[in-house]
Amino acid sequence: MTAPTAADTESVQPLAAVPARSGRAGLVWRRFRRNKFAMVGLVGLVLLFLFAFLGPLLTHWSPTDIDLVNTQSGPTGDHLFGTDDVGHDMFAQTVNGMQKSLIIGLLVALLSTGSAGLLGTAAAYFGGWWEKVIVWLTDLFLVVPSLLMLIILSPYFQGTSWLVLVPMIALFSWMITSRVVRGMTLTIREREFVRAARYMGVPAWTIIARHIIPNISSILIVDFTLNVGAAIVTESFLSFLGFGIRTPNVSLGTVINDGAQFASTDQWYLFVFPASVLVLIILCVNFIGDGLRDALDPNSTGASAR
Amino acid sequence: MGAFIVRRLLNYVVLVFVATSLAYLGAATAFHPKDMYLQKNPPTPAVVMYHELNERNDNPDKPVLERYAHWVDGVAHGDFGQTWQLDSVSKHFSISVWVTVRLVTVAAVISAVAGILIGSFQAVRQYKFSDHAITFGSYIIFAMPVFVLAPLLKLVAVQVNKAVGGNTPLLQYQGEIDPDATGFWGQLFSRADHLLLPTISLSLGLIAFYSRYQRGQMLDVLGSDFLRTARAKGLSKTRAILKHGVRTAVIPVMTLVTYSTILTFAGAIITERVFGWNGLGSWFTDATNHSDVNSVAVITLFSAVLVLIAGMLSDIITAVLDPRVRL
Repeated sequence: MTAPTAADTESVQPLAAVPARSGRAGLVWRRFRRNKFAMVGLVGLVLLFLFAFLGPLLTHWSPTDIDLVNTQSGPTGDHLFGTDDVGHDMFAQTVNGMQKSLIIGLLVALLSTGSAGLLGTAAAYFGGWWEKVIVWLTDLFLVVPSLLMLIILSPYFQGTSWLVLVPMIALFSWMITSRVVRGMTLTIREREFVRAARYMGVPAWTIIARHIIPNISSILIVDFTLNVGAAIVTESFLSFLGFGIRTPNVSLGTVINDGAQFASTDQWYLFVFPASVLVLIILCVNFIGDGLRDALDPNSTGASAR
Repeated sequence: MGAFIVRRLLNYVVLVFVATSLAYLGAATAFHPKDMYLQKNPPTPAVVMYHELNERNDNPDKPVLERYAHWVDGVAHGDFGQTWQLDSVSKHFSISVWVTVRLVTVAAVISAVAGILIGSFQAVRQYKFSDHAITFGSYIIFAMPVFVLAPLLKLVAVQVNKAVGGNTPLLQYQGEIDPDATGFWGQLFSRADHLLLPTISLSLGLIAFYSRYQRGQMLDVLGSDFLRTARAKGLSKTRAILKHGVRTAVIPVMTLVTYSTILTFAGAIITERVFGWNGLGSWFTDATNHSDVNSVAVITLFSAVLVLIAGMLSDIITAVLDPRVRL
């Protein structure tokens, strides 16, 4: 039942004459590639990234520009996604909003998964007071309604850089992963190779970094991927309600909120374009996350052993 | 066992207290209630402003901890303070909470039943076309946050109304009830009509969530020995699956259902905003926009208590459903 660790397979590799990319990474990649949905997600996400960062080249409007002549215009060659009632170019706004949402999503996932891994392993490995404090903090943050708390604290990040949202959202999204990581670490801690390392006098943090983290890496990777999507949704949720990113900055949430005013009018495309972009991003991220889970899990039914 | 439950309950109560205190202190330091008065045109006279701020216990010139102590003292005596409109928070709460209950109850029941049935159906017909279609559908729904789904439903409703024509629009998407509706049946119909779209927007995500989980649990159960025994003793396939399969598979799912249902009561913010229901969610955003610490604190307290109840309730439900667990 035990998954071969990265260290196991790599040490065997030089002895056996095997073709390139036959390590664990190669195996995971082959299994991932066989999953059609996962590949669609990966290609889709790469295309969305390119769209977000190369899209501004397709238009000469900037997100703050106002075209007074063409307010509420339909999708035209000049305004690909149309304009709102003020005359903002919705294409420029959507693309700019995508950039911010993607950056926030990646950074939040990095921060929250990283700290969840750190806290979870530390709690389980050190035990004692460490564990008591971390478990209590985890419980507390689970009881605190995170979205309400983010709204309450929103006046704090008003008028500062939009990047403040990254630590704020991460602060309220590490708990569940941390719990799972702690549970897994508790069993790994008692395994022979960890004990051997401990009795040989290897420092605790080195054991965590070398032996424990690689053994829980699959859950961390999957969790990171799914957290990207969750963070983008949280950010857009806040911005949609007006508590996240505010004018003059735009994010997908603010653009969708602007568009939503028009959802019940003839200008419904102002809502549909940015909303579809958000749905596509989350869809791709979820496809990748599920594909990675199947590819990394040695017991998964979806993928065969090779 | 009793001591264990008491200790756990005590720990929960401490957590709720700390969580609410964090919310109160966060709001009391983050909000700027004075600006609300100064931004008015013409600005409120200073005497009136300070009088009202003191009434609300939101005077920023007083130390935060003093205001906090005053608030805790009030709460301990059942007094939750005043809203930004100088109403009683308790009165406002008792009105808003019922709006949310009327909005959420139907959606919660429908999504639990539909989610469990759809998930079981998928598991029984694993890898058939219907299974794949439903899985794909739930992927789409997962990728669709409420703030996309709710305006989208509005968009569809408008187009449907246009296609149907007529004097009164067929699908309603604003508020709870048409004030012109008369008679018992007329009002009932108007309520149901207004409830349709918000219910869809609340339940689709939950149905996708539950059915996915139920499918996984059901697949584990379908291959089990006790199900084969039930069949061998002469039960029909449908009855065996319903009586022995679904009941076993639903136990872990019920935890999820309890938590999600109870959290929906506090988390219908977007649905309430988009469809114009004045429940707890709308109140919360309004209160934040008006720098109203007391209202924000009471709603946070309410949702923290709900989490606590969800935890206890899911334990009880597990004990009732699972014959292996004894309380």
